[in-house]
Amino acid sequence: MEDKLLIKRDGARAAAAARPAKIRIRNLHKHFGPLRAIEDVSIEIAEGTFFVIVGPSGCGKTTLLRILGGLEQVTSGTVELSDAAPGRPHYSMVFQGDSIFPWMTVWDNAAYGLRMRRAPKDEIEHVVRQWLDRTGLTRFAHHYPHQLSGGMRQRVSIARAFANDPEILLMDEPFSALDEQNKTILQQELLRIWEADKKTVVFITHSVDEAVTLGDKIMVMTASPGRTKTIIDVPLERPRHVLELRHDPRYGEIVYGIWGQLKDEVERARD
Amino acid sequence: MSAITIADVGERKRIAAKRRDLILSIASPLGLLAAWEIAARFHLIDVRFFPAPSSIVLALVSAAQSGELLDNTAVSLERLIFGFLLGGVPALILGIVMGISRPVRAFIDPLIAATYPIPKSAILPLILLIFGLGEMSKVVMVAIGVFYPIAINATAGVLQISRIYLDVGQSFKAGRWETFRTIALPGALPFIMTGVKLGVGLGLILIAIAEMMGAKSGLGYMIWSAWETFAVERMYVGLFMIAIIGFVLTLGLNELERWLIPWKTNS
Repeated sequence: MEDKLLIKRDGARAAAAARPAKIRIRNLHKHFGPLRAIEDVSIEIAEGTFFVIVGPSGCGKTTLLRILGGLEQVTSGTVELSDAAPGRPHYSMVFQGDSIFPWMTVWDNAAYGLRMRRAPKDEIEHVVRQWLDRTGLTRFAHHYPHQLSGGMRQRVSIARAFANDPEILLMDEPFSALDEQNKTILQQELLRIWEADKKTVVFITHSVDEAVTLGDKIMVMTASPGRTKTIIDVPLERPRHVLELRHDPRYGEIVYGIWGQLKDEVERARD
Repeated sequence: MSAITIADVGERKRIAAKRRDLILSIASPLGLLAAWEIAARFHLIDVRFFPAPSSIVLALVSAAQSGELLDNTAVSLERLIFGFLLGGVPALILGIVMGISRPVRAFIDPLIAATYPIPKSAILPLILLIFGLGEMSKVVMVAIGVFYPIAINATAGVLQISRIYLDVGQSFKAGRWETFRTIALPGALPFIMTGVKLGVGLGLILIAIAEMMGAKSGLGYMIWSAWETFAVERMYVGLFMIAIIGFVLTLGLNELERWLIPWKTNS
């Protein structure tokens, strides 16, 4: 199915666009009773793209992600994920807020996905060790979540998702509960981790700065019901540095441009 | 760096607080005994009803030497343990299943709500009628007492588990059994332990009552026969043994809780 896909080429990301689509969403509608949460969203996300969705609160962006993650059913339309390699899961999700199990140590939390798919013991050992190392949690492997700060707990959540080695990572405002410093540090860590193996990521945020800092492509959603307002390419080179980016005149321009798109929607969401 | 130091200081403080709690919880009963002994010696209280702890100890020694004390304690403990298993294990399973399954909850909940308020001691005659004067009636009494708090707390424990943990389980493709084992059971465990503690307390009350009414052995029987012969010291020996059992069980269950639920922050 992948090679038959036609992908719109658009200058800056031509190289990315040449890659096969990992996720194809067509005419997606989602209603909760009389409430129309998502209306007629169609997107294609190429393999290896860091795809960010921004929109005013209540625009259905979390619902869209939960549909991708199999936690909600569509009302109509189709969602296709390209086939996963044998033995590898389709997706892993990083949830908004505290989602790591308080009754498991950092190690057991990070190993959860691998254990649920019955990975061999030595693989679990190896992979978890590696991800705790990459997320700076090795020394806290046998701590329980209540002994960690909020930033470290969110790192555990990221380690849990990455260690599962999915084809696609779904991230639902993973940093929204953190303070500014921790957020900046974790954004940088996420960039570093992601740039190492370029998995396909779908990342939800309400922060335009965060979207531009992290994303290859940014989809702006309209206020309820959620529709695709526009999809913007971010032509900033990688590897990116979170602080250096803010110097870059293009960064300000892109942020400003997205705000122009978003402003009306935020105002509409307030009515 | 700083996080590790803070965690260490917190850990040390917690250990110190635990030790202090333990000392205090041993000091309070000892203090009460000392005050009682003094009051009895100086005849501030009527020793016919409140004999000095030292004279109770003498009675305890003689009861221990005759083997009567040990036999009765062992019999009561045995009934307590079997009753706890007979009532507690089904309660635990039923309670968790009720927490997970809405239809099961809808079906069983009214039955529990309707029978729970009946005083357990009031059904002793019925239990004696059904199970006779043998061991079974005593075991069943304990089982009935243990059943309700464990079942009710296990259900409540599962229901209070945050939705997000079930989403995580579903997202990582945890099956039914894995959801039970890795989310429902550990998530409900703090509540279940509360139910177990309440259940053991109720079991102790009910075993004493059951043994007074329809038994020829056990600590309850020992207390009752002491009343009939006005052997007040012996009566206190029985009460004392029950208190000791309750105390040791409470300490043991608290330790068990610390071991089973290391993530509980305020234990």
